[in-house]
Amino acid sequence: MSQEYKITEHEYDVVVVGAGGAGLRATFGMAQKGLKTACITKVFPTRSHTVAAQGGISAALGNMGKDDWRWHMYDTIKGSDWLGDQDAIEYMCREAIPAIIELEHYGVPFSRTDKGEIYQRPFGGMTTNYGEGVAQRTCAAADRTGHAILHTLYQQALKHDAEFFIEYFALDLIMDDDGVCRGVLALKMDDGTLHLFRSHMAVMATGGYGRSYFSCTSAHTCTGDGNAMVLRAGLPLQDMEFVQFHPTGIYGSGCLITEGVRGEGGYLSNSRGERFMERYAPSAKDLASRDVVSRAMTMEINAGNGVGDEADHLYLHLEHLGTDVIEERLPGIAESAKIFAGVDVTVEPIPVIPTVHYNMGGIPTNYRGEVVTLKDGDPDTIVPGLMAIGEAACVSVHGANRLGSNSLLDLVVFGRSAAIRAAELVKAGSNHKSLNENICDTAIARLDKFRNAKGAHKTADIRLAMQKIMQIHAAVFRTGETMTAGIEKLQEVQESLADVGISDRSLIWNTDLMEAMELDNLLMQAAATIHGANNREESRGGHAREDFPDRDDDNWHKHSLMWVDEKAGVKFDYRPVHMYTLTDEVDMVPPKKRVY
Amino acid sequence: MAEFTLPKNSVVQSGKHFPLDGSGTNIRQVEIYRWDPDTGDNPRVDTYEIDLDDCGPMVLDALIKVKDKIDSSVTFRRSCREGICGSCAMNINGTNTLACTKDISDIKGAIKIYPLPHMPVVKDLVADLTHFYAQYASIKPWLQTQTPPPPDKERLQSKTERKKIDGLYECIMCACCSTSCPSYWWNSDRYLGPAVLLQAYRWLVDSRDENKGERLDQLEDPFKLYRCHTIMNCAQTCPKGLNPAKAIAGIKNMLMQRK
Repeated sequence: MSQEYKITEHEYDVVVVGAGGAGLRATFGMAQKGLKTACITKVFPTRSHTVAAQGGISAALGNMGKDDWRWHMYDTIKGSDWLGDQDAIEYMCREAIPAIIELEHYGVPFSRTDKGEIYQRPFGGMTTNYGEGVAQRTCAAADRTGHAILHTLYQQALKHDAEFFIEYFALDLIMDDDGVCRGVLALKMDDGTLHLFRSHMAVMATGGYGRSYFSCTSAHTCTGDGNAMVLRAGLPLQDMEFVQFHPTGIYGSGCLITEGVRGEGGYLSNSRGERFMERYAPSAKDLASRDVVSRAMTMEINAGNGVGDEADHLYLHLEHLGTDVIEERLPGIAESAKIFAGVDVTVEPIPVIPTVHYNMGGIPTNYRGEVVTLKDGDPDTIVPGLMAIGEAACVSVHGANRLGSNSLLDLVVFGRSAAIRAAELVKAGSNHKSLNENICDTAIARLDKFRNAKGAHKTADIRLAMQKIMQIHAAVFRTGETMTAGIEKLQEVQESLADVGISDRSLIWNTDLMEAMELDNLLMQAAATIHGANNREESRGGHAREDFPDRDDDNWHKHSLMWVDEKAGVKFDYRPVHMYTLTDEVDMVPPKKRVY
Repeated sequence: MAEFTLPKNSVVQSGKHFPLDGSGTNIRQVEIYRWDPDTGDNPRVDTYEIDLDDCGPMVLDALIKVKDKIDSSVTFRRSCREGICGSCAMNINGTNTLACTKDISDIKGAIKIYPLPHMPVVKDLVADLTHFYAQYASIKPWLQTQTPPPPDKERLQSKTERKKIDGLYECIMCACCSTSCPSYWWNSDRYLGPAVLLQAYRWLVDSRDENKGERLDQLEDPFKLYRCHTIMNCAQTCPKGLNPAKAIAGIKNMLMQRK
């Protein structure tokens, strides 16, 4: 190593990595339960990408008509294309109702109905009576629901005096020889010092890795750092082949336009002015599930029905909704469309294209947030000392395709659930076992390697190459042929990382260094995704294979697990889908054909 | 007349010039404030030439172009790139705004980028917002009630009541307004500034909050609140189109009325 690194040690009962919706809910939940809790985050909490969620958060409150959490559960299972674990889905949909009431009690500024209750709007795939009618289930604060919730959660964290370590970049998990997680090593950005957070429980709430693609709705900071930390700890990720393309990213910039637009009555059209979704999903039309709409849009564009000079995108109309509805319920996207597409939504449509939006895959956990792995034939072996929640986790409630407004729900339900479980498992103030002196060496060696990297390739160039490969070779539609080619190219890109060079040698706020390490994280996940997609020889939810167009329950009704080594070699195994419920208040839903 | 001597390291020097590598027809200068605390050198302004035909439309795109292609040591915060997270607040051609929603085509001549004014600089365009965040926490920005909420239901709030927090809850805490306020520049140790006062008002007018009296008591202070002299830079600069000055007037009005 080129220099000695000094490490400042901290001792906490729990350390949460990430301060988005899930991380914040877990942080103050744990603090509330008397656990000494630290939350470390690379951005100030309200900058986390939960802030960008627009349309809403689902719960069968029934404010706008009869609703039932069992219907919500059915919709989520169908939306997941039967890859979701039904015990976890039951837990989420049942807990949704108290979770949203709790958010309101915390002060979330939800929009209201005439009766003064929380306003709820229709969303894709959300139905009443097991698919019969359209449900109004998605609770909204105009079209800024994520912003409203994230700020409220941060306020609650302030209220509960949660301890934050802001602008600390998490480097690696600290695992002992028994495979127990003992804490997290992080880099303090404003002075470049290293900090070891020793913990009885480390919680990964680090979000998704949308930035492995060229065009995504995700923030620049969505680099899936926790997922990569888990891989480097020798643990697997799950279902990484399932990447959600949101039907309506703004053409060009990729900025999100909420599904709530279609929930409020907006629709898509092609170059002939046709509302083409009627052909693809006769019943749900524009409110079919996201994977269905994104595929339909891609097929329209491929059939030459796209709009614009290059016929490579489509239109989203809301001009017929009228200025009152737009001003009251969709003011944020009106602003975004103006800024990023130069469009006045009251008179003209928004140019849109399916855009990478969400990672269904992630760190495998049970519904209590505990990380699980396959060990000695047991697919539910718990990894002691480690939890994962939010988009970083694969509980799996979203299976092969997430329904819109189920992710904000996932954050608060499982953030809370993890806090409850941590309080059961961890005795507040208990002693920390001693650690081997050299337990941080691998993590520090990695940091040192990047800090002194003098190679020929720029981080930005390697990142761009990776993003372009993923965009083309692991797209809405995939074939074995394109993916095999993509895997080969990605391998070359991976190798070029060994010859990366950075120019900032300073210790203070070294974003050059951070971006290089984030790229390293992204590359591991990109490999997991494209290898996983090539491995899964069927079509299910967000994973559409042209060479295997049908769902194959006989061979593929299972979660894939992938381990990724340093050279981005990927090893596979599988876990069964939980086809059972948590209680007998509801029946398991057996697989059937998925039609909208 | 009093004379002031500026600290030696506050003088900004002219920095390096990076001409466009190759040819371009739509060349634009990007001038970026640079300060590296590790070196002990004075701050400087480096000039980078980029081809706008090969760059996205926003100032953040230009910054990323510079960082990716010319000088990877240029340091700034950014995250959502769509004007909702508030990370990339900076001073662009004299106005505090978000780099991600500031269209380059609205700027004539060189794009001049500085950190948020009158804040300690950590490095380049990264300002230290610790004090700003602490002031936010000081107003207890969470729902405070005495009456327990209905156990299994939301608190009711009419549409009219809910409308009162429109124009307030949308604040993204980017600090553009506070750091554009001359009063805040002088008295930020004690004056809460427009952003935090707007947040305070957000709770004062929320029909669900039951701690109005105490909140007003806390604000009734010649410095915390009354350093606002309606200069209105805050409303002028807010990248979200909010009006903190109006919120501050609202607080003053509430204090008047309870007298």
